[in-house]
Amino acid sequence: MKRQKKRQQGVYGKEERLFDGMIYIVLFLVLALMVYPLIYVVSCSFSDPLLVLRGEIRLLPRGFHLDSYAAVLKENKLLRGYMNTILYTVAGTLINILLTTTGAYALSCENLRGRKMITRFIIFTMLFSGGLIPTYIVVSNLNLLNTMWSIVLPNAVSVTNFIIMKSSFENGIPKDLKEAARVEGCSNIGVFTKIVLPLSKSIIAVMVIFYSVGHWNEYFNALLYITDKAKQPLQVILRDILISNELTEMMGNVNQLNSETRAMIAEGMKYSTIVLSSLPMILLYPFFQKYFVKGVMVGSVKG
Amino acid sequence: MRKKIKNLDLYLLLLPTILYFVIFRYIPILGIQIAFKDYIPVVGIFDSKWADPLFKHFTRFFNGYYSGRLITNTLLLSFGQLLFGFPIPVLLALLLNEVRSKRVKKFAQTITYAPHFISVVVVVGLLDSLLNVRNGLLNTLLVSWGVLQEPVEFLTSPFWFKPLYILSGIWQEAGWGAVVYMAALAGVDQQLYEAAKVDGAGRLKRIWHVTLPGIASTMITMLILNCGKVMNVGYEKVYLMQNALNISSSDVISTYVYTTGILKSQFSFSTAVNLFNSVINTILILVVNKISRKVSETSLW
Repeated sequence: MKRQKKRQQGVYGKEERLFDGMIYIVLFLVLALMVYPLIYVVSCSFSDPLLVLRGEIRLLPRGFHLDSYAAVLKENKLLRGYMNTILYTVAGTLINILLTTTGAYALSCENLRGRKMITRFIIFTMLFSGGLIPTYIVVSNLNLLNTMWSIVLPNAVSVTNFIIMKSSFENGIPKDLKEAARVEGCSNIGVFTKIVLPLSKSIIAVMVIFYSVGHWNEYFNALLYITDKAKQPLQVILRDILISNELTEMMGNVNQLNSETRAMIAEGMKYSTIVLSSLPMILLYPFFQKYFVKGVMVGSVKG
Repeated sequence: MRKKIKNLDLYLLLLPTILYFVIFRYIPILGIQIAFKDYIPVVGIFDSKWADPLFKHFTRFFNGYYSGRLITNTLLLSFGQLLFGFPIPVLLALLLNEVRSKRVKKFAQTITYAPHFISVVVVVGLLDSLLNVRNGLLNTLLVSWGVLQEPVEFLTSPFWFKPLYILSGIWQEAGWGAVVYMAALAGVDQQLYEAAKVDGAGRLKRIWHVTLPGIASTMITMLILNCGKVMNVGYEKVYLMQNALNISSSDVISTYVYTTGILKSQFSFSTAVNLFNSVINTILILVVNKISRKVSETSLW
């Protein structure tokens, strides 16, 4: 309290104020640089596609248009990708959380025999892994190719998240509480569901974010394991649109348009798809900002 | 007796996790043996014949035309990433830490880690729309300001590939990387700052003598983790940024493993290439960990 008072009185010297001013200038430049590409994309998505195509957008939208959004929402391929991604993200995150919490809880119980060995067995996979091809062979031999499981199962547990979870269970929950519950006759699972889980809401929220962002943005596993176009997630379709420029071909069904108009629509759609595909994750994170710092802290304590 | 049954439920809770690690992490490790075999999918991993000579896939790689360029590109890209990608989050955290207003600080943090939540596909798409030759923003600006006569072919030039890869990586991850340091800084005792002030230390001196030591062990941990990734240039972004014109600079081991292994079905050969990569990786992380344990008593295990 005393310290705060002193601060509020604010007896800063000239030098201090100059330094503060410099800090704000540098900060402003850094932020401007970071946020500019994002503003640019949003502006392009709302602009007249012709002006976008000519490269005439600088910062703010010009010739306000919602046509590109309307065009995107009419594109079945994109909508299907969206649905697939939602499915993979929800199912994948559920499995992630289920395995991570149960496994980490079991290993956080000190009376479990062999817990050190099992923990080492898990951490070792961070150090050395089978790699792309052997994993692909396993997935293919299990007949998982072209199913949702090929996306969801091979990354069912992230070792980093697992360790964060485990150390949170070990250090974040008072030992007396667990002991007391045991004395009262609670089983291990009872302690888990009645005490540990309810007290770990914030760390679980962090895990949900970590895992679901991973699933939402995942494209390479889908590229590897899903060849069936109907099952491809959003990111793979985005890749075709943004990088391979397949949009103009995709719009074969609107062949009454000439190629110039098509190129124009395609250019505008690029930006609106970027916005629509990134929006859910961007919107998600400010809500969880306070949890993030907590989660990262738990992780950094353990290293 | 009762205790034994009690622990049985814990083992049951653990079982799915163990199964996952056995099936999706350890069986692939066993599968590495195909690097020393002539793997035929219908015959299977275990029944395929041993290669003759045993190391033939490795010698083929090292004698091959591309091995030099693959290793050079992988190393350049990852050391570049380490060299520039490691200090910037630290600097960003130091900058944010000096901001007095809590609201500004929070706002700034929110903006700096927004890019982390964007997918690599979108990031590479962004690069395309900002830098392409037709109507890319940067080229349009530079030409209209008269800095350039002709637009630069950023996306298809071998020269620009590596800087763009590294810079876009910094743009995307610097803010996120700074979160760890911000968390560590939250734990620095404020009285240390007061004491330094009493001793007459200016802002820069306080940063140097109080703030930096406060995050030193976090920095070392992050450095070890980053070193472990040195040979581990992710294929995701490289593969997206790669094209026929910049391939001489963008061909790295991981993308090569993907293209020869999955697209050309040379399973044994590409597993051998990957094994070479991961062995170096593992050695690196072990060595760095050991050094840091000796020098600073901070280590991962």
